[in-house]
Amino acid sequence: MGSLRTATIDGNEAAASVAYRLSEVAAIYPITPSSTMGELADEWSARGLPNVFGSVPKVVEMQSEGGAAGAVHGALQAGSLAVTFTASQGLLLMVPTMFKLAGELVPFVMHVAARTVATHALSIFGDHSDVMACRQTGFAMLCAATVQEAQDLACIAHMATLTTRVPFVHFFDGFRTSHEVAKITTLSDDDLRALVDHEAIAAHRQRALTPDRPVLRGSAQNPDVFFQAREASNGFHDRCPQGVVDAMQAFALRTGRAYRPFEYHGHAAAERVVVVMGSAGSTVRTAVDHLVGNGEKVGVVVVRLYRPFASEWFVQALPATVRSLAVLDRTKEPGAPAEPLCLDVMAALRAVEQAGEAPWAATPRVVGGRYGLSGKEFTPAMALAVFAMLGEAKLRPSFTIGIVDDVTHRSLPFDRGLELPHAGRTEAVFFGLGADGTVGANKSSIKILGEATTQHAQGFFVYDSKKSGAITISHLRFGQQHFEAPYLIQRADFVACHQFGFLDRYDVLDLARPGGVLLLNAPFAADRLWDELPIEVQQRIVELGLHVHTIDADAVAKAAGVGGRVNTIMQVCFFALSGVLPLDEAVRLIKASIQKSYDKKGDEIVRRNFAAVDQALANLHEVKVPAAATATRRRPPTVPAGAPEFVQRVTAAMLAGKGELLPCSAFPPDGTWPTDTARWEKRGIAAAIPVWDAAICIQCNKCALMCPHAAIRAKVYEPARLESAPAGFPASAWRGKDFPGQQYTIQVAPDDCTGCGLCVQVCPAKDKGNPRHKAIDMTPVREVRDRERARFDFFLGLPEVDRTAIQKLDVKGTQLLQPLFEFSGACAGCGETPYLKLLTQLFGDRLLIANATGCSSIFGGNLPTTPYAQDAAGRGPAWANALFEDNAEFGLGMRLSVEALTGRAQKLLHGLASLLDADALVAELLEHHERSEAWLAAQRQRVVELRRRLAPLPPREARELEALADYLVPKSVWLVGGDGWAFDIGYGGLDHVLSMPHDLNVLVLDTEVYSNTGGQASKATPLGAAAKFASKGKAVDKKDLGLMAMHYGHVFVASVAIGAQDAHTVRVLREAEAHPGPSLVIAYSPCIAHGYDLVFGGDQQKRAVQSGVWPLFHYDPKLGERGEPPLVVDTPAGTLPVAEYMRNEARFRMVEKIDPVGFKRYALGAQQAAQRRIATYQHIAQLRWPQAASAAPATGDHAETKE
Amino acid sequence: MDLTTKYLGLSLPHPFIAGASPLSDSVERCRRLEEAGVAAIVLRSLFEEQIDQEALAHHQAEFGHADAHGEAMSYLPAADDCVFGPDEYLEHLRAVKKAVGVPVIASLNGYTEGGWLDYARRIDQAGADALELNLYSVATDAGESGSELEDRSVAIVQAVRKAVRMPVAVKLSPFYTSLAHFAVRLQAAGADALVLFNRFFEPDVDVEALEMHTRLELSDSSELPLRLRWLALLSGQLRCGLAVSGGVHTTRDAIKALLCGAHAVQLVAALLRGGLGQVGKLSAGLASWLEENGYTSLRQMRGSMDQSRSPDPKVLERVQYMRVLQTWRPE
Repeated sequence: MGSLRTATIDGNEAAASVAYRLSEVAAIYPITPSSTMGELADEWSARGLPNVFGSVPKVVEMQSEGGAAGAVHGALQAGSLAVTFTASQGLLLMVPTMFKLAGELVPFVMHVAARTVATHALSIFGDHSDVMACRQTGFAMLCAATVQEAQDLACIAHMATLTTRVPFVHFFDGFRTSHEVAKITTLSDDDLRALVDHEAIAAHRQRALTPDRPVLRGSAQNPDVFFQAREASNGFHDRCPQGVVDAMQAFALRTGRAYRPFEYHGHAAAERVVVVMGSAGSTVRTAVDHLVGNGEKVGVVVVRLYRPFASEWFVQALPATVRSLAVLDRTKEPGAPAEPLCLDVMAALRAVEQAGEAPWAATPRVVGGRYGLSGKEFTPAMALAVFAMLGEAKLRPSFTIGIVDDVTHRSLPFDRGLELPHAGRTEAVFFGLGADGTVGANKSSIKILGEATTQHAQGFFVYDSKKSGAITISHLRFGQQHFEAPYLIQRADFVACHQFGFLDRYDVLDLARPGGVLLLNAPFAADRLWDELPIEVQQRIVELGLHVHTIDADAVAKAAGVGGRVNTIMQVCFFALSGVLPLDEAVRLIKASIQKSYDKKGDEIVRRNFAAVDQALANLHEVKVPAAATATRRRPPTVPAGAPEFVQRVTAAMLAGKGELLPCSAFPPDGTWPTDTARWEKRGIAAAIPVWDAAICIQCNKCALMCPHAAIRAKVYEPARLESAPAGFPASAWRGKDFPGQQYTIQVAPDDCTGCGLCVQVCPAKDKGNPRHKAIDMTPVREVRDRERARFDFFLGLPEVDRTAIQKLDVKGTQLLQPLFEFSGACAGCGETPYLKLLTQLFGDRLLIANATGCSSIFGGNLPTTPYAQDAAGRGPAWANALFEDNAEFGLGMRLSVEALTGRAQKLLHGLASLLDADALVAELLEHHERSEAWLAAQRQRVVELRRRLAPLPPREARELEALADYLVPKSVWLVGGDGWAFDIGYGGLDHVLSMPHDLNVLVLDTEVYSNTGGQASKATPLGAAAKFASKGKAVDKKDLGLMAMHYGHVFVASVAIGAQDAHTVRVLREAEAHPGPSLVIAYSPCIAHGYDLVFGGDQQKRAVQSGVWPLFHYDPKLGERGEPPLVVDTPAGTLPVAEYMRNEARFRMVEKIDPVGFKRYALGAQQAAQRRIATYQHIAQLRWPQAASAAPATGDHAETKE
Repeated sequence: MDLTTKYLGLSLPHPFIAGASPLSDSVERCRRLEEAGVAAIVLRSLFEEQIDQEALAHHQAEFGHADAHGEAMSYLPAADDCVFGPDEYLEHLRAVKKAVGVPVIASLNGYTEGGWLDYARRIDQAGADALELNLYSVATDAGESGSELEDRSVAIVQAVRKAVRMPVAVKLSPFYTSLAHFAVRLQAAGADALVLFNRFFEPDVDVEALEMHTRLELSDSSELPLRLRWLALLSGQLRCGLAVSGGVHTTRDAIKALLCGAHAVQLVAALLRGGLGQVGKLSAGLASWLEENGYTSLRQMRGSMDQSRSPDPKVLERVQYMRVLQTWRPE
């Protein structure tokens, strides 16, 4: 037996720890929820941690999961032990290689945090739809149900693949297991060394491709032999289950932890049995224990080895008494007779019966059902409902559990409020903000309890989909006895609300147990707190008899100098109130944890956090709870009363955290979702908002341009409108020539502003008498919220500016256009969203967006709300996200469709011209014209006129043209995505699409890392920047995507930085759109992954441009055709040393801290690279195209002369 | 000619030392200073506040967005070896000490009591030959009197002096109400030398953008007289060492400072402008001047024009033109 060491870690780390230590090569690509495994491997490799064979594994990040699979395939064929980690779409990209690996009998394990495959919508959460899509590849599939198993089965998979030569998918439930933090018994290096078969490793090496023993693999075989050769490997798969059992036995012998391919738990003479795989196994076991305790004959078979499916062993695992079986699948296979596990079970039973080896007298009934798609909760109450159904006379085939299906009525009813008893366990729930450190503190608490005591501890964390002002809900369980509870806490002994405002938005107390403790962080004295609560909360507190405690943690945090991070303060309060540890001991351990976490991050950090800890207890007070509610204030409605019906019925429920309760009928069946809903979600997350001073403003509109959330707007309007304005509504006379006599107002949306401060930073207008005061200043929101709400409501009621009346669509002019991208969940200070907002202002009413997966698809399309909006005519961007890798192709398809439908409309118009009796109208409608706002408006009018004339016409073609007439107004197709898409995974498709002549536009929001998955390096990451997979600085400079695209000659290419030269960005976007072929605009996008306060995003963009790191240019083929150099470098660069730019961002600075000498090399290299790039551009900017028009006739003239 | 001098307990072959500047920012540069013949090297200050501010900024960058979104637990790579604290400085100090034979004087600007002490101790342990305490901060607190500020400074010097073995110099600004009194207190608190004077980044106004900038202009010889006055005034009253910093650009500048009592001459702008060759030129110039003027050693000449020995000590106290008879002397 190895020594019993424990660790409190998550499932990803548990699996990765084994995988890393048993591998020599790891090729990976980030994808949620598996990214952590690859990141840890990279981190360990960067730190030089050896595997159990004494060497440091080589970890490479590839351009896609397909690339990662290819790399491990090569590594394996060349004789090393290789590994990869993935999930979902990533796993699907590996499928072709998986067939190869299995066909070649290569020992290999891939670890999968199983996640939903995108169908009608993307989902990052866990189910088995990805792994089930691989069951045909020939891989063995081993499923871990807990964090402990994620480690143990990882080891067993690595053991078994070596001896069986069958490659393995080792998988566990994404998030539920991959992100659950739990205390496990760890495997030491000695354990791993002792458990793997070293002879099998030697044999694998012996099979390596080497010129010293040359062989050929990957031949092409013909019908004469392929089939036989394919069948020749049967024995390996036949022997594989035994290989797994052997490995499990050896593992049990060493560790004492025994596993079986199918594990039965329950009554020895069970009649009703559930078959399930993954974390739900623990849940069903809990239900079984409860039912058996009540004398019921039930049981559960937990499937660990899913492929090869050992039918005989499955049947042997079942009690012979079984009468009915429910097979739960965490996947959906529409059109199949049943879901895959269910089919396997049915086939197994039938096979055993056919062989005459069935242990039962009567064939058990089998029914399949679905549960837990996309991480849907699966609770003991749901398992009870399944057992109840199994007892019914008539089973419910293809049932679902956990939802209300009021469309096809397949769902089983269950008791949502039912909770099974669990004595001896403390359960605590914490509501926090993403930015306040709640999750981090709770992870620390679990580690403290897990590592410093004998208690078992478990933590699970629920995040919302916003990137700013996001809510997190932490679920923590502690107990002396071991427990498995892979579901959210239903009744907590302790509920902490770390943000007082949540009480108005969420039913925080829904999770409170009667008699429990409620801890509130509130900006009020304890004796005032009660009166500040809404009546709904007061009533629940009284009903539940809660003990209420409060602390003004924000004040304590401020005094201690830890900013908005109330985490350690609330952590101390938790330990003080929950009693899970003696308080002195808890404080000592918290401080030790702080010391450990931040020791290298600076003494001041430690000192401040210690101060926060020390001051917490003195500020924690009990609140006297009256016998009855006394408040008159009610919680505000989730969405305003004026919101559309769908928003009221569906969106509001999701916003309130009650999406679980929505039935199937609430949803469109094909994933179609209304746009223009973000404006109904009033988040109010800013602590300070900008307030406008009309007297100082110079009306440049830069604030509106730079606002990432479209939360600051400009309008011009008739003075008469002011008559109904709220008192003091600020306005000034418009200074432009285009709207003489009109008034102008800049207005903030107080509940939609994130308080990033970019608008104030960019504002150039200062009060001459007090330059600290600008035309907009950040002001504490509590001072002005009500006033600004009224003003914003009035402002929204002002008519939008007539697009055709704006003389110049420059920075100032464009900001009078209505943004049709607003109030997204992007980070405060996001560098991507200003470009998107501008795009919608310029072309929003005729815009189609194909959006690659990434940040822009998450803040663009992650429910509950949708930021793409509509104008008064109901027009606005139509948006879709297909995949990460295929966005260019997807967008091209949109363009082709637009071309097809426009062509069809034009053809119909031609055909109907004689009947329409409007030659001028038809000619104008068909005329190709520069797309000015005036022409577009006129064309829309012509379409109206056309429809009027079509209405009385009888031919079928007239009806068709009526439907298609809007295509006579040009559409603007944009392919939007980040650098991960454009530089890496989608580059092949992007390159192909650019090589074609179609009129589409590409906007690359270049953050220089994979932002959405947490800052992994891409080929856009610059030289010397630290990113995940380049933690010591990226060793080569970024790919020059623009230069590559220029080589085609027909592509409009531009590089922009809106914070450096806003006018350039505006002009380039318009030129790109006007270019009749493909256009590529690469946009510098500051990101939190760069490591600085994004309020300085504009300043940093200026530095990037001035230093030459980000040259601004545009390459316009039209110029080339005119005999001018097509490339124009738009800004002088090199006026600032590159190092000055680099020193302002933590991503560079941390490299300098880690390796000062290396950093100097990088800084010099970056300087040289910037100079080289500028020199290259300047050289190209001198080049003119040979003018075919002058050359060809000259030859002709000459010929004619000769004749 | 004997140019030797004693400063901070260090026996120096001549008084010219490299003052705190970018010239000592790399080991290579320090080697070049040594090759150029400097008698000692003062490293740039370890700024406690800068360390803390950067640590706080990095902390926010690393943890401000951590554990906030399901798809990303963090946005920067975990880098255990990215350490915020004085280590970078201390490693540089150790490396410079290893690379050069001349004494290396570290410099420290703290802003908390703990910081002054802790960092001074660590500098001591890292092997610095001496420490220059860069005491100055702009006294902006209207609630703190001059004497309170001085008490605080003296307490710091006292505490540091007790905490370290190496000699300690205090680099001063001229902006004290009673500099002579304060200097005596610093000496009593254990200062082994005073450096006169620190020079600061000064504000400037962009009149179009209505923005404030700060910048540091290199000194020139016009800044020397202020230092001469205080060298001469303090030299006779103090036992501790004196160094001049700022304003020495020519041999004559150096001679004046030495005559007024400086034990050491810190060079920065002279080297940045004139190159490292200035060290040799200045020491050779000093030697020949001493010889030409019949001195036997630097020691003989040092301080000979200070207040106690100057033939006209009243000049040092006179700051306004007084219309008095040149032949009249007050009793």
